[in-house]
Amino acid sequence: MTPWRISIVAALGAAVLLVLILELIRSRRLQERYALLWLLTGVAMLVLALWRGALAKLADLVGISYPPSALFVLFSFFILALLLHYSTVISKLSAQNATLAQRLALLEERIRRPEAG
Amino acid sequence: MGIDIREPLAVVEPSDPRVLGLRRMAIVPAYKEESVISQVIEEIRHADPELEIVVIDDGSPDGTALTASGAGARVIRLPYNLGIGGAMQTGYQYALEHNFDLAVQIDGDGQHDPQDFFRLIVPIVERRADLVIGTRFAGEKFYRGTFTRRIGIRYFARVVSLIIRQRVTDTTSGFRAVNRRGIRLFAADYPHDYPEVESTVLAAKHHLTIAEVPVAMRTRIAGHSSITIARSIYYMIKVSLALFITLFRRYPTLEDQ
Repeated sequence: MTPWRISIVAALGAAVLLVLILELIRSRRLQERYALLWLLTGVAMLVLALWRGALAKLADLVGISYPPSALFVLFSFFILALLLHYSTVISKLSAQNATLAQRLALLEERIRRPEAG
Repeated sequence: MGIDIREPLAVVEPSDPRVLGLRRMAIVPAYKEESVISQVIEEIRHADPELEIVVIDDGSPDGTALTASGAGARVIRLPYNLGIGGAMQTGYQYALEHNFDLAVQIDGDGQHDPQDFFRLIVPIVERRADLVIGTRFAGEKFYRGTFTRRIGIRYFARVVSLIIRQRVTDTTSGFRAVNRRGIRLFAADYPHDYPEVESTVLAAKHHLTIAEVPVAMRTRIAGHSSITIARSIYYMIKVSLALFITLFRRYPTLEDQ
């Protein structure tokens, strides 16, 4: 079984994360569509920290003998998912950014044209 | 298909009726080429006065744009550096918007000889190809260059030949021309960094006909080559990955009208 102290610290950590995320959404510093993965992470952490039986089952299922390690592994997995998600967001943004620059440059050339000719 | 390669002497005349009505433009991407750009523009104009010269200034911090417009070229100035692919695509978008029949890429650093223009476009004028690549290898003047560079060029030529099932000898050459079909494709979809190899495959996957014509390459008039060892390695890996992905991608990405 997971030591009580670890459960309490993990639950507190997850709760702080959740509150922080909700506050960021409330103050419009974080858009809902990018917050979803974060919320999912926070909720999963909180649930597994409090529901100690489930964590033990999960750890046993994948062959991890020390349940808190399962929590750690799952958390790392969520972080990876988040990072990958952001890489796709950045790729999309940079493609859109390039298109914008191209449109701008073509339009600028058009505007300057009468003076030049 | 490899037959196209062995036609080093074919040239069309500017007075040829197939060339006379041809609306053609040169896309000249330039980044920090202040010192040579006017010479390049002059050479292009000398080779073919009917070519509309459009310099794409890729966010140069120096006077490249000013010098180019002073030399009489049209200048499209990108607000910041997009890399050669992004700049080139801007040129194709211009060609599409202004309804050009043919676009030729000529580097702003002077390594391509505009005198080869009327040789390069022969397969397009004769309607045998949609994309023509000026190759350094099939010509009478064999291209030298560093050993590693030749290896890289050979490697990509081999891989691309396998993928597109047509023999090509120099897929890294940036001296190339396209007709309307090519302009339409590249305006819509063009790889962003190190675009030459990938765009060749892209064209083939969209069923564009590709031909090669031997041309001379010069060492750059001035400026610095952007090739370092670290970049070469990054280039090889990045482009190899892109090529590998093309095997699993659906084409065509845009409909043919």
